[in-house]
Amino acid sequence: MNEISDLLFLSVLGVTFIAGAAYLVFFFSQNIQVRKIARMILVVSGILQTLYIVSRYMLVGHTPITSQHEAVVFFAWSTTWAYLSFRWRYTVKNFGTLVTILIFSLLLISSVSSRDITPLVPALQSWWLPVHAGVSIIAYGFLSLAFCGGIMYLLQERELKSKRFGYFFSRFPSLESLDQLNSHCLTTGFVFLTLGIVTGSIWARQAWGTYWQWDPKETWSLITWFIYLVQIHQRFTVGWRGKRGAVMAIVGFAAVIFTLWGVTYLLGGAHSYAG
Amino acid sequence: MPGEKILLLGVNHKTTPIEIREKMALSDGYEEPLTALKKIPGCRECYLLSTCNRVELLVVVEPHVEVEEEIITFLFGARVSPEECRQYLYIHYDEDAVHHLFMVAASLDSMVVGEAQILGQLKEAYRYAAQFDCTGPLLNKFLHKSFSVAKRVRTETGIGSSAVSISYAAVQLAEKIFGNLRGKKVMLIGAGEMAELAAEHLVGQGVASVVVANRTLERALDLAKKFNGSAVSMDELVQQLEQVDIVISSTGATGLIIHKQDVKSVMRARRNKPIFFIDIAVPRDLDPKLIDIDNVYLYDIDDLSSVVEINKYERDKEAVKAVRIVDEETLKFRKWYQGMAVTPTIRDLRAKVDAISRLELDRSLARMPHVNGADRKALEKMVGAISSRILHDPLNYLKSESCTGRDNSDMKVEIIRSLFRLDNGDDGK
Repeated sequence: MNEISDLLFLSVLGVTFIAGAAYLVFFFSQNIQVRKIARMILVVSGILQTLYIVSRYMLVGHTPITSQHEAVVFFAWSTTWAYLSFRWRYTVKNFGTLVTILIFSLLLISSVSSRDITPLVPALQSWWLPVHAGVSIIAYGFLSLAFCGGIMYLLQERELKSKRFGYFFSRFPSLESLDQLNSHCLTTGFVFLTLGIVTGSIWARQAWGTYWQWDPKETWSLITWFIYLVQIHQRFTVGWRGKRGAVMAIVGFAAVIFTLWGVTYLLGGAHSYAG
Repeated sequence: MPGEKILLLGVNHKTTPIEIREKMALSDGYEEPLTALKKIPGCRECYLLSTCNRVELLVVVEPHVEVEEEIITFLFGARVSPEECRQYLYIHYDEDAVHHLFMVAASLDSMVVGEAQILGQLKEAYRYAAQFDCTGPLLNKFLHKSFSVAKRVRTETGIGSSAVSISYAAVQLAEKIFGNLRGKKVMLIGAGEMAELAAEHLVGQGVASVVVANRTLERALDLAKKFNGSAVSMDELVQQLEQVDIVISSTGATGLIIHKQDVKSVMRARRNKPIFFIDIAVPRDLDPKLIDIDNVYLYDIDDLSSVVEINKYERDKEAVKAVRIVDEETLKFRKWYQGMAVTPTIRDLRAKVDAISRLELDRSLARMPHVNGADRKALEKMVGAISSRILHDPLNYLKSESCTGRDNSDMKVEIIRSLFRLDNGDDGK
């Protein structure tokens, strides 16, 4: 099982790398045929990632989401499928390139962290684990898409405002489609984030006897949640869109990353496990 | 036409700042300037082109007459000093003038190289010149040639394929901001031609509705009808800004008509929906500071031309090819033009008649072996005398001064050349 799992992880890395390279080739050549191939490879990568997670599940005996390595692979997986599901509904020109690079970077980070199997602490042995952690990380997947969209928005907006058109101008999508992407991913991501916090809170009540204990991870999740809440509220009431929306998506994602890594390494607490 | 000159004189977007061009743009149609131009002594044929990027004059001048100064004063009026004028003006003679006009017609001299509008503008200008009886044989030929050069450039090079006019550039930008233009609303401020053209492009992309605001409501209504839109008065402008997504402004107003504060105040009501301003008016209608507002995009005519630069590189390669065609056609035209002169015509006519008599003489002599040296000489002399006598009148006709005092030698050359079929067909006819 161990060998199969390792082999799968290597193939995930390899295939995603090829997908990223193909997307880059598409980005520079703008050849539609190349994009089709790149997308196919990314789908293959998504399937392989799923298989890897399944193999890891069989290997460790519980949902593989507790170690640093597992969480990041899961993150990459959710970004991949969030993108593919999004892609199914809208097309945003050249978005795939940036996203695939992000997915590959995540996988690269996961590859350098320890793949050792650590037994699950008793507190985590519950079916709440896949629900709470899974839902939270799916939220991260969508929020990372919003982040990519935000970066593209800012770059494109700068070119339009400064009226100096560089290499990216013709290759980047329209502002409106990026803003739409932002809105779609934020709302979806926010729903999952809320679910993650609610399920976590219920689980905490069961495991620790209290809904909320101001553990650093909880606190930061709440801060992240508030950042997104403000943003979504403002968007639907006074129309915080465009540049401000893009900046907020990036700020929100920074908070997500900090919740995921910063808290574990800097602050510790009940959510810091094997990682 | 010994000594007769083709003179081309003008200003364009490259040589002259907008402020100067503004002072000379001949906005009240062609009739008045053309009739004035015709009256300049020494000016035999004339033609005038006036677009928003260039004003150009083409004059066929009588030999030994200086009209440069007069035409410059005509162009600029008294508003600009002659020294200053010369600094902005380009003046081409004869072959250079031909080359320049071909370049203009082929859209190689345009702000947006390869755009197709210029040819239409050229044709329109020619129609006016012909209508007011300003053009003659030389300019007729010249301008028609320029149209066919433009056509040749268009079919033989790819210059028009990615060609983008200013209005096309506006559409391109709008698509970068809005993605799909379906469902977007456009407002035209001022009912200028350029705005109309841009609106046409936008409507072609599926824009939902068009609102026209104009100083005179009548003209606004006319234009609105064309796009199935509605007309509003200038007082409703700011109010309209809440609704529309794309604003194209092209009024002749001397000051700004939309200020930063106006737009800032409607952004909240718009819930920050992006708004795209295109200012093609000279002088500008819209406050340049609009760009500082979030979700507001403002482009004036110079910015639009830089947008067009994006696909310039590919077109540059095609432009090299196109310039070669223009060079080639200029040479051809020169050949024709020189042929038009009296002296070469005389030479050609003589050569032709001589060749015919030589040929016939040789043929006959070949059948008459008994003719000896002295008789042969006499025969040759006779044939020579006959051809000289025949040529005498046509040559006199060519060289004669016309009775009206007006030099119409080009017409006479034309007649002689076609009568004797002296053109060897290298000008395409």
